[in-house]
Amino acid sequence: MAQYKDELDPITGRMELVEGDHVTFHDVTEAVARPIEVPSSRWWIAFIPSVMLLGVYLISIAYLLYMGTGIWGLNNPVAWGWAIVNFVFWVGIGHAGTLISAVLFLFRQKWRTSINRAAEAMTIFAVICALQFPTFHTGRPWFIYWPLPLPNQMEMWPNFRSPLLWDVFAVSTYFTVSLLFWYVGLIPDLATMRDRAKTPIRRFAYGLFSLGWRGSTRHWLNYEKAYMILAGLSTPLVLSVHTIVSFDFAASQLPGWHTTIFPPYFVAGAIFSGFAMVLTLLLPVRAWFKLEHIITVKHLENMAKIILLTGTMVGYAYAMEFFIAWYSGNPYESFAFQNRLFGDYWWAYWIMVSCNVISPQFFWFKRIRRSVVWLFILSIFVNIGMWFERFVITVTSLHRDFLPSSWDYYSPTVWDVSTLVGSFGLFFTLFCLFVRYLPTVAIGEVKSVMAIANPHYHGDSHGDSHGEQH
Amino acid sequence: MSKPIKKKTYGLLAEYDTARAVYHACEQVRDAGYKVWDSHTPFAVHNLDKAMGLGPSVLPWIVFAMGMTGASLAMLLQWWTSTVDYPIIIAGKPYFSWQAFVPVTFELGVLFASFGAVFGMLGLNRLPMWYHSLFNSERFLRHTDDKFFIAIEARDPKYDPQKTRELLERTGALHIEEVED
Repeated sequence: MAQYKDELDPITGRMELVEGDHVTFHDVTEAVARPIEVPSSRWWIAFIPSVMLLGVYLISIAYLLYMGTGIWGLNNPVAWGWAIVNFVFWVGIGHAGTLISAVLFLFRQKWRTSINRAAEAMTIFAVICALQFPTFHTGRPWFIYWPLPLPNQMEMWPNFRSPLLWDVFAVSTYFTVSLLFWYVGLIPDLATMRDRAKTPIRRFAYGLFSLGWRGSTRHWLNYEKAYMILAGLSTPLVLSVHTIVSFDFAASQLPGWHTTIFPPYFVAGAIFSGFAMVLTLLLPVRAWFKLEHIITVKHLENMAKIILLTGTMVGYAYAMEFFIAWYSGNPYESFAFQNRLFGDYWWAYWIMVSCNVISPQFFWFKRIRRSVVWLFILSIFVNIGMWFERFVITVTSLHRDFLPSSWDYYSPTVWDVSTLVGSFGLFFTLFCLFVRYLPTVAIGEVKSVMAIANPHYHGDSHGDSHGEQH
Repeated sequence: MSKPIKKKTYGLLAEYDTARAVYHACEQVRDAGYKVWDSHTPFAVHNLDKAMGLGPSVLPWIVFAMGMTGASLAMLLQWWTSTVDYPIIIAGKPYFSWQAFVPVTFELGVLFASFGAVFGMLGLNRLPMWYHSLFNSERFLRHTDDKFFIAIEARDPKYDPQKTRELLERTGALHIEEVED
């Protein structure tokens, strides 16, 4: 696999993040901007099915608003069905974007620069999808503003001791901060698009949103500080968001939910699922937009390693839940976990374990970590597995609560399925529009991690960086 | 040369090819004692602010003030609604059960701090500013692609059309032009 040979940076001695001989800054601009300016007709192949799925979503929601939440499969013990499952699933997907943009930034992981833009966009779209579900699960979404502390004629205030209310603040803050972070990162690249624009509409639109950015070093000084602070703020924020999401469960007293392992376990699972979704999205994007030299196999390999790590952490959490269920000697807790393994939903549990614990273990092999096909297949498995994890947590715990007389079996209706499938339409439509109109890769940031960007780099851009390599 | 011509000059714009070239050029302009000048690069060149002799950004103070404001307001809101305006016993907890108020306090602190970071950054940079004299230069368009620029403004007390141009020539500029205001 000669094409996968990692080139070394002449200054740091580490591998080159942008592959190829004599890649100039202009080449990077061209590689990212050209697919936006001269769109490929293949884009429609992704966009049209996405919009059709979005139609499925809109129909599902319209019927839901007409009929009420009775069209879903909710019943009395399982009052939280797919709506909460989908909510947690989508919020979790978003977390990888923040991990890449913020946590890897603080750890000075320069390879993040080629994937952070798309991952942050994924975060925003995933959170938009997530917010749909609690909104419509309220049954009367036009009152969704009620959890906000607004003065009202009833002279009532929300209950700030409720984890559900914390969730309102956590997820809305997360969405706002992710959007701001993403936009701040976009400003210099929008200016690049503005300066390349050939049509008046493009010049106006990119010009408007690039705010007159002119790459001034006096601006970069404040800009980089803002970027670092946002990364520093986003890091505890992203951990808090899934922690608080897990409090929705852990602060209740239901066996299977009432555990202290939930916050770290949820965060690890969120990063695990999010990285899988980043791979699912970026593998086609890098192939279709010919960005293989910027989003290199080494980048994919790094992501596979994070999936392996977080997948193993999730597996450990599963094992630890069972250990504590046995070790605590609590009969309700033991029953809840026996019920997961062998109860009515045994199949969901075993799908979850196969996808989340077994499938990432393939990433111990370098050949698999570097194979695009394997990565894509395994990323889909992880996505499926993490959806089932939330299903298992929600449904197996609820359907067998303390009182056997209230036990029931929960099954989704066609509307549950169409809303979930449709939400993927919303997600993919937004992502398609993103790759169509905005730079998919952070152009400026990628340039800044190239060897020629270093002020200590000797020679001009046609230097001897590739020494003995042919 | 008080007001001989109607066309006002913004300053001189020098173009460079590499990050290394603009870095050393900035050091020379800094050492020549110019104050009202700037460099323009497609990405944040590492330590170029130091080569220009710029001080640290004041942004962290804005962010800190905003973050503290957000967190304090959140705690105040929760205290006031739970103890003064709508006291109600929930789960046998005290009215002011501050432990339960930590998550919202944290979230609003982060939210306000982020607003401070983004809008503080834009404010300090005086953005948005959709018109700027430098955009009059055709070559300047490549500052977002692969070229590096230094712009010395005519407002600078040391500015002299001839001497400043000579200085920029000595720094190894590939191209120098006068930009209209």
